[in-house]
Amino acid sequence: MTTHPFIELQGVCKSFTLHNQGGAVIPVMAGANLCVSAGECVGLVGESGAGKSTLMRMIYGNYLAASGRIRVGEVDVARAAPREILALRRHTLGYVSQFLRVVPRVSTLDVVAEPLLAVGTDLPAARARAEELLERLNIPRRLWTLSPTTFSGGEQQRVNIARGFAHAYPALLLDEPTASLDAANRETVLHLIEEAKAHGAAIVGIFHDATARDRVCDRRVDVSAFTPEAA
Amino acid sequence: MTDTHTTTGRVTPLLQVRGITKFYGARLGCRDVGFDLYPGEVMGIVGESGSGKSTLLGCLAGQLAPDAGEVLFDTRTEGPRDTLTMSEPERRMLGRTDWAFVHQSARDGLRMGVSAGGNVGERLMAVGARHYGGIRAQAVDWLGRVEIPEDRVDDRPTAFSGGMQQRLQIARNLVTGPRLVFMDEPTGGLDVSVQARLLDLLRGLVREMGLSAIIVTHDLAVVRLLADRLMVMKDGHVVETGLTDQVLDDPQHGYTQLLVSSVLQV
Repeated sequence: MTTHPFIELQGVCKSFTLHNQGGAVIPVMAGANLCVSAGECVGLVGESGAGKSTLMRMIYGNYLAASGRIRVGEVDVARAAPREILALRRHTLGYVSQFLRVVPRVSTLDVVAEPLLAVGTDLPAARARAEELLERLNIPRRLWTLSPTTFSGGEQQRVNIARGFAHAYPALLLDEPTASLDAANRETVLHLIEEAKAHGAAIVGIFHDATARDRVCDRRVDVSAFTPEAA
Repeated sequence: MTDTHTTTGRVTPLLQVRGITKFYGARLGCRDVGFDLYPGEVMGIVGESGSGKSTLLGCLAGQLAPDAGEVLFDTRTEGPRDTLTMSEPERRMLGRTDWAFVHQSARDGLRMGVSAGGNVGERLMAVGARHYGGIRAQAVDWLGRVEIPEDRVDDRPTAFSGGMQQRLQIARNLVTGPRLVFMDEPTGGLDVSVQARLLDLLRGLVREMGLSAIIVTHDLAVVRLLADRLMVMKDGHVVETGLTDQVLDDPQHGYTQLLVSSVLQV
């Protein structure tokens, strides 16, 4: 295992320029620093709008950092070419967002197995892992062959979690993974996070549920510290 | 940055495009467009009508002659070669083997007077297949993969629905195992439910066959689901490029911001 942090952010800044609204520039983050080691879970805290999700999206390469360094493994996401980020997402960096976004018509089982197929796992092994996760997350077996697009919000969220944990990513971003889950499913998700940590995953999470956060997070980072001075 | 294995090794781009410029008389089609496309990558090109995206696709696929630029394709035998300076027979061979072109209108990509099986078999014969039984078996196999029932193999495409015609066009194009597929609005003019089915099909084929593809469309939902990377064009120029989800969720250019914010939410 590497001794240096697996995820490392240095001096990350972000602003949005609204070209169609008079070119207004909205600074949202300045000088963000963050280190996460293998096997560690860091919880992002700060009030709503402080930039927790924005920071997470920048680590994933979904938002473009204006400046600074965002190293995940060997890749600087702030500077990497699209195909390097795609390879990073395929092999190294997983992301459980709050919303499930899938191709219509694809079965739930295939949605969950897809990240494994993308890294070259054979179909039977990928399906077996997908079934195990769907089972653990209490998605009724009769739904597995259906597309999750018609599922309830809670079911979609659990499918999203199953998909995010299918492949053992060395780094994971979790945006509210336990929100609106019942006690049993919440417990399962916390177990999945603990298992990932035990496998050495470096995890960044956003948890509104303080009990869940205290249980799985080793440290907290308050992102309000990265809020730019009001212009 | 050093990387010793697989993820970002030194792979030759399948296609290297440099400085493609095309004028129609005094009017600009597209200007100074360049990018690299790697094996297995799907790139989307978006922009409104008249932005130059179809002109660019035509230039890349050898259907239009650009006024300047290079299109280097990594050929199987000789490595990267400029397809614009190839001889016409060489380029035609490429069009029958390693390249495929899926037209917006299936009528432009199919032979309407020939049976469905014949449409697929014809591509195979063009690359030298001669055994009738083998050709028919492969045709039936491909029709199955695009969900056209075997009992329709002898029907002409005129008897097919729009969505079925489009799936037949895809089968005809992919049967020879191309490495690069050009698609011009492949889901245009189809019902949304049919579009979804076609997108699902295309995604599966791209993954299974390791295809690279360039997809021109004005539909942002289509590129979000199909394309790894995105190029946004306006008035013949590329105004923004990047990872598809990054360009759509955090657009940097004013025009892209306008495009993204103009999509109706459902």
